[in-house]
Amino acid sequence: MATVQLSEAEKVYVLHGIRDDLRVDGRSCEDYRHMEIETDVVSNTDGSAKVTLGHTAVLVGIKAEMGKPRPAQPAEGYLEFFVDCSANATPEFEGRGGEELGTELTNTLYRVFNNKRSVDLASLCISPGEHCWLLYVDVLLLQCDGNLYDGISIAIKAALFNTKLPKVLISEGEEGGTEIELSDDPYDSVRLSVDNVPCIVTLCKVGPRHVVDATLQEKACSVASLIMAVTPAGTCTCMRKVGGGSLDPESFFEMTEAGRRVGRALHGPLMALLSQEEALGQKRQKVGFLG
Amino acid sequence: MAGLELLSDQGYRLDGRKATELRKVQARMGVFAQADGSAYIEQGNTKALAVVYGPHEMRGSRSRTLHDRAVINCQYSMATFSTAERKRRPHGDRKSTEMSLHLKQTFEAAVMTQLYPRSQIDIYVKVLQADGGNYSVCVNAATLAVIDAGIPMRDYVCACTVGFVDETPLADLCFAEESGGGSSLALALLPRGGQIALLQMDARLHQDHLEALMEAAMTACKGVSKVLDEVVRQHLQEVSVLTGE
Repeated sequence: MATVQLSEAEKVYVLHGIRDDLRVDGRSCEDYRHMEIETDVVSNTDGSAKVTLGHTAVLVGIKAEMGKPRPAQPAEGYLEFFVDCSANATPEFEGRGGEELGTELTNTLYRVFNNKRSVDLASLCISPGEHCWLLYVDVLLLQCDGNLYDGISIAIKAALFNTKLPKVLISEGEEGGTEIELSDDPYDSVRLSVDNVPCIVTLCKVGPRHVVDATLQEKACSVASLIMAVTPAGTCTCMRKVGGGSLDPESFFEMTEAGRRVGRALHGPLMALLSQEEALGQKRQKVGFLG
Repeated sequence: MAGLELLSDQGYRLDGRKATELRKVQARMGVFAQADGSAYIEQGNTKALAVVYGPHEMRGSRSRTLHDRAVINCQYSMATFSTAERKRRPHGDRKSTEMSLHLKQTFEAAVMTQLYPRSQIDIYVKVLQADGGNYSVCVNAATLAVIDAGIPMRDYVCACTVGFVDETPLADLCFAEESGGGSSLALALLPRGGQIALLQMDARLHQDHLEALMEAAMTACKGVSKVLDEVVRQHLQEVSVLTGE
């Protein structure tokens, strides 16, 4: 369900818990819920990842295609995003119902990821001005239980880490032009650097305090939230206020500080987990949705 | 497509199966907590998710309400990354709309809709990875999801796609076989009574072969039904252990 309705009494209960740094599910204000990550789940893609965060479930597939670089950045590849709010998540998304939320999420993803400070776009260039890789990053929302932005960004980072692009050989053609040859060997591939890829941290202002990884109940009590894209180094690359309410400047600074702190702490375990999974190689048992 | 030999002289297919052999079927029920019923199925490399909401009050226009039975509402969609070539949109194209309609017809034949007058049952299926037999796999997934939702059905609905190559019916086609030309037949069966819930055939076939093809399809569907039954029993056993009954 995309939204829940709470009674006054329930709201008071949630609010008082957060005031005392003890949330309904026992977490403190800066804790995430249980998170599960698995990469390489869809074999039709060049990179994929499945992330569940509480009940929120996201599947990301990345497909690489060869294209022409944009004229303004001839030496860079680029990313295309698409968020599919499927009816699986909630019946409200049936037909065109999920389009509004999908567009909002897509636009945020463009701002966060599609620049050379977040993703190493130069490495996607094959021959300047002529050929580049363009990565279609398709996000599939399977279940919504709050904190979509964080779940999606983590899934995208994991999928980018998992992406393997075939090696490209450029040679001089017989008639003067260049010839492009793709490697046939599936193991002969290049990986993307995800060193600077940010994760999004959403801070929900609930009463006087703010929480990370808000559930739907907590979101229903909050006035507004702040989404921040934080790189492993702690740099904030994008910031947006979402929600109907307003934030006062004082709490805003507190929130940005907390966001940077949480964001930096998030990257370490994430990367450790991804490399651990990678190290298992062929021995890894794929679970997907069967586990 | 002259190069691909769909059935070798020794009677083996591209992926090493015999003509009547099904692909490996793995399934799980109760994948998602928020939906009323959900299931995930893998049939070879085709993977699909099905989710059921309902029976609930009619949503949207009330004019569709049926006073004597429930309305079944289906949506078939494919993840944009599910196919070899990226799809532009997950649903709403002609193919998906047709598939949604087929699913609706299939489940109207199987679900005991008369038990829920003036209500609606939503069945949403999503193909995560496509490798042939998408319709059949979706029907199988949706059956498990409907069972998981606790909605009574006359019987399991089991579906299978069969093809006809070199005078031999091939069960459970994969993508290469499906796109390799030749006729293919999708059959949804209520296996216990042998009732046909949906039958669709593309391309032409000599009438004399039809019987053999139907026979092969029915056998394949019954094979699928055995697997599904096992999955359901396994699931119930696990759940009853968890709830301590």
